[in-house]
Amino acid sequence: MNVPTIADLIAKGETPEILFWVGCAGSFDDRAKRVTKAFVKILNAVGTKFAVLGNEETCTGDPARRAGNEFLFQMQAMNNISILNGYNVKKIVTACPHCFNTLKNEYPELGGNYEVIHHSTFINQLINDGKIKMTEGGSFKGKKITYHDSCYLGRANNIYEAPREVLESLDADLVEMKRCRTTGLCCGAGGAQMFKEPEKGDKDINIERAEEALATGATTIAVACPFCMTMMSDGVKNKEKEGQVNVKDLAELIAETQGL
Amino acid sequence: MAYLQQVLFLIVLAIAGYFIRKRVIRIKSNILLGKASVINDHKGDRLKNMMLVAFGQKKMFKRVVPATLHFFIYAGFLIINLEVLEFIIDGLAGTHRIFAPYIGGLYNVLMNFFEFLAIAVLFSCFAFLIRRNITKVPRLQSPELNGWPRLDGNLILSIEIILMFAILTMNASDQILQTRSEHYTATGSLFFSSFLIPLLQNISTPSLEFIERFMWWFHIIGILGFSVYITYSKHLHIFLAFPNTFYARLEPKGQIVNMPVVTREVKSMLGLPTTEVPAGEPGRFGAKDINDLTWTNLMAAYSCTECGRCTSECPANITGKKLSPRKIMMDVRDRMEDVGKSLEKGGAGLNDGKSLLGDYTTKEEINACTSCNACVEACPVMINPLEIILEMRRYVSMEESGAPAQWNSMFQNIETSFAPWKFSPSDRFNWSKEDK
Ligand code: SF4
Ligand code: SF4
Repeated sequence: MNVPTIADLIAKGETPEILFWVGCAGSFDDRAKRVTKAFVKILNAVGTKFAVLGNEETCTGDPARRAGNEFLFQMQAMNNISILNGYNVKKIVTACPHCFNTLKNEYPELGGNYEVIHHSTFINQLINDGKIKMTEGGSFKGKKITYHDSCYLGRANNIYEAPREVLESLDADLVEMKRCRTTGLCCGAGGAQMFKEPEKGDKDINIERAEEALATGATTIAVACPFCMTMMSDGVKNKEKEGQVNVKDLAELIAETQGL
Repeated sequence: MAYLQQVLFLIVLAIAGYFIRKRVIRIKSNILLGKASVINDHKGDRLKNMMLVAFGQKKMFKRVVPATLHFFIYAGFLIINLEVLEFIIDGLAGTHRIFAPYIGGLYNVLMNFFEFLAIAVLFSCFAFLIRRNITKVPRLQSPELNGWPRLDGNLILSIEIILMFAILTMNASDQILQTRSEHYTATGSLFFSSFLIPLLQNISTPSLEFIERFMWWFHIIGILGFSVYITYSKHLHIFLAFPNTFYARLEPKGQIVNMPVVTREVKSMLGLPTTEVPAGEPGRFGAKDINDLTWTNLMAAYSCTECGRCTSECPANITGKKLSPRKIMMDVRDRMEDVGKSLEKGGAGLNDGKSLLGDYTTKEEINACTSCNACVEACPVMINPLEIILEMRRYVSMEESGAPAQWNSMFQNIETSFAPWKFSPSDRFNWSKEDK
């Protein structure tokens, strides 16, 4: 696995095509780190010239803003923007819909203007361009997969089809949950809920959603967000189905079929 | 005698006008309690939203059955009101069916079409009453609807049924009278109301004249009374849905509104140049009360139809948490009405010791929101409850430092470790060195 930092590349007089924004979950959470690595392997395999910020990256400020702490959000944003602008970054790809949304929609007003791409769109593009060659009848052929829409990709940014196209390229049997696309049910982690206990209720949101996903009979629940990953995995565990049902990120599924 | 009717009509019209005007002024000043914000961009897109969503009912059709029933009532409302124009002219001029001679055969076609709509409205209102009270559609049963909101919904449907019935009875007696007296302009046969003719056939001419007049008055007073009534009701949406969709946000749903005040402060803290001139009044950070929200947020509350589509899609609400985005909108409206009433009486208004957050909406509700935008997506009139929820969170977090303890530790982690979890920032890149 080859992961250049932008500082190293520039020191060598090179400029990356894209900056891979890893995000806090992708950097620290064990499960999400596997997605980060899978995505890097894909980038390596197709030969995309990319770089990461490494230790210079910090939280985008998304959870602070959504929990109401606008000061903290803007402090984070301004610092990140000055680093990104300092490296003259033009194009960013990220595997986290929350980072994606913040970088794409919320940084411009504070002086950070970049082309921001979510990894589902990016991978779909690689497949369409023939850079990733999907063979018919791969290991997912005929297997039931269901896709859980991340609110921050779907409703927040209207990205519904790219992740589905990636899954369809697996030659799998894509089954939809009753609540999907615009009416998809949140995993329960957005809006900074990831960082606190839920309020009192009858049920946790991720359990409700996991039940719905399991009801499709799919053996793989595909996600495209590190928070959805945690919430859906916990839900599946709670239903004691972790033996039969996998929760996987799109990048992992592609890396797997490509033998990376 | 004829003049007496005209004078009476003028008085009725004036009374209705007086009350409507008074309410319109009240509602407008309530909305203007909100913060000013100038919206004059993207007029084309805004117009398109208004035409598709408010006029064309686009978002309603996500749920086909209620949308179709609602469409009948909506079309009935728009088109039958053309007939009200004739009522008003007749009422003031002392004429009868003044348009009939001018448009000839078309009059019969139009009247038949109006009657068809009246029947469609009748049918839909009955169906809605059944949905509300017998089959009990879940989103119409929530606790926030107890009391006035539920009564309001049923009252409107019942009033519409009675009004439609009055029109049909009036037309039926009119048709009989046409055969008995020169005074009644020939309209040709009217399909739906002619079913009522057998019931009225044997009534004496004077009684029938009385019935015809009575139904005429009943209908027009009903309509005028209804116009006053809707200013107190969720039915205000029939007017406000138009400006509300026009002024709805066009930015991606995930984007949270920026706070330029904070930008200025953060920039000066970081020693970055700030070009913006400091605003005169710093105001509060976030929203504690309605005057901290924008006028568009407040107008949205008056546009809310209390349909509960937002709440029925809300993951927090679905899993039994206290949050209901519809209730948030109703709270904002209740607060506006309370403040408005107080101001009207020369009372304390906003300074009555109460506030939106705390007395109407609780922290428990706003803390449960996942900012998933399901409510925003679902709302048929493009209301954004999430924006209001987030403004209240801003107030709690920045003015009160009252965010949940776990959020406060998350804030601290971001400040010290630059990640929401307590990891050492120097470990951020370790993943690249672990296995391959
Ligand atoms: S954004 Fe908040 S209030 Fe709206 S549906 Fe989602 S959780 Fe409920
Ligand atoms: S906010 Fe919109 S969806 Fe919710 S009750 Fe009001 S009109 Fe219906």
